[in-house]
Amino acid sequence: MYGDVLTVPGESAAVKLDGATAEAKAPPTAAEADAAAGELLAPDSQWQLWEVFTQEAQGAPHEHAGSVRATDAAHAIQNARDVYGRRGKVLSMWVVPTAAISATSPDDAEPFFDPASDKPYRHPHFYKAPRGVKGV
Amino acid sequence: MPRGLTAILPAFEPRSPPELLPVTATAAQPAPAASDDARLAEFEARIARGERIEPKDWMPERYRRQLVRMMGQHAHSEIVGMLPEGAWVTRAPSLRRKLSLLAKVQDEAGHGLYIYCGAETLGVDRHDLVGELLAGTAKYSSIFNYPTLTWADVGVIGWFVDGAAIVNQTALAKHCSYGPYARAMVRVCKEENFHKKQGFESIATLAAGTPEQRVMAQDAVDRWWWPTLMMFGPPDADSPNTAELIRWGVKKYTNDELRQRFVNLTVPQAQAVGLTLPDPALRLDEATGDWRFGAIDWDEFWAVVKGNGPLNRERLATRNAAHAEGGWVRAAATAHAAKRARRAAPAARAA
Repeated sequence: MYGDVLTVPGESAAVKLDGATAEAKAPPTAAEADAAAGELLAPDSQWQLWEVFTQEAQGAPHEHAGSVRATDAAHAIQNARDVYGRRGKVLSMWVVPTAAISATSPDDAEPFFDPASDKPYRHPHFYKAPRGVKGV
Repeated sequence: MPRGLTAILPAFEPRSPPELLPVTATAAQPAPAASDDARLAEFEARIARGERIEPKDWMPERYRRQLVRMMGQHAHSEIVGMLPEGAWVTRAPSLRRKLSLLAKVQDEAGHGLYIYCGAETLGVDRHDLVGELLAGTAKYSSIFNYPTLTWADVGVIGWFVDGAAIVNQTALAKHCSYGPYARAMVRVCKEENFHKKQGFESIATLAAGTPEQRVMAQDAVDRWWWPTLMMFGPPDADSPNTAELIRWGVKKYTNDELRQRFVNLTVPQAQAVGLTLPDPALRLDEATGDWRFGAIDWDEFWAVVKGNGPLNRERLATRNAAHAEGGWVRAAATAHAAKRARRAAPAARAA
């Protein structure tokens, strides 16, 4: 039911930055998996952090709900259901490894996004139509 | 491009891509000393404008530490708060009450997780916070060191303790300057309303029941009233953190203001079900509309905070035992994930 569900069709939940997306991680080799297992089995080690996105209505966007700690994606989905879906409002849920999300930094926000606020010609009110013309 | 056109176009400056950072902040990024004053001034101006501070924004180290302390204590309170009520799950008087109680106790676990999640955005590790709770070095709300002696205590906890928590948390949800904390509180408040209402319903039922049930309800009210008033923390004059938390917009109201708000809300509710609050000094101040109440025994409060309440040691021992007993579940989950990773690895290589 919520087993291997981590292929999100259509769009990526990871924040995209002008072509700079998080690099897809290559699947671990057997040796890497064993090393990871050894690390995971250390008593009370901290599990990986996952960000949870929930969709609360048909046609609504998936929105960030919070995070959970879990061993893998299926485990993260189960934990996310118990933590962020106890009230029956959730229709769909994504989990994304927190480390896979890249984001802008607050200091860069101004130079990075400013160019967009300097282009009034991208908006309809920049243009004029003769008086009395309707539906333009 | 026609030659003349370049003259009227601005010079093309290649824009370097912004530095990519992980989504959760690490411990506040060190800023060059020279700009610290300017950054602090800008930070305080943002607070003054009512803006929310987000994980990756610059913040004074002291703001970060105060939030870690406050959110850690808050999350621990949710987790320890499961214990007094959890003790009554198997003894609930009906299936309906048992369902509500199970759902409520599960919610408290969820609330703890929302807040640990929020605290992690400040660069601390949930694992370390839980470790502090288990080691007894972190504080949690003093109220949970009192025993739940009868079934009526469970109802009064919902009515008083969750009612008091709602007063605190609603203020945080609306006004707290740290975004992740405020958002966690919005979720929590939506759920706490059910907690309070089911508690009040349970007490109203007992208050309208047999003489024995009525006595049991009144006894629980008598025992929980004063510890609930203490939940809001020391009086403003003795609260070293309040002024700073208010200045930085973490809190909007003082402990005494929130306490008064809770009393004003609760007195008419007690009157409505014919129960008496154990305070002979309680009277309505006609001029302000506030219910004036008697002196709180702050010696008792400090004794409980310092570890000498009725159940401090027992609560800590129960939490540690629960953590230890869950060890095999955590080990099984990690072993299962490792097995899946091992199986996926050769398949991926073959592909």
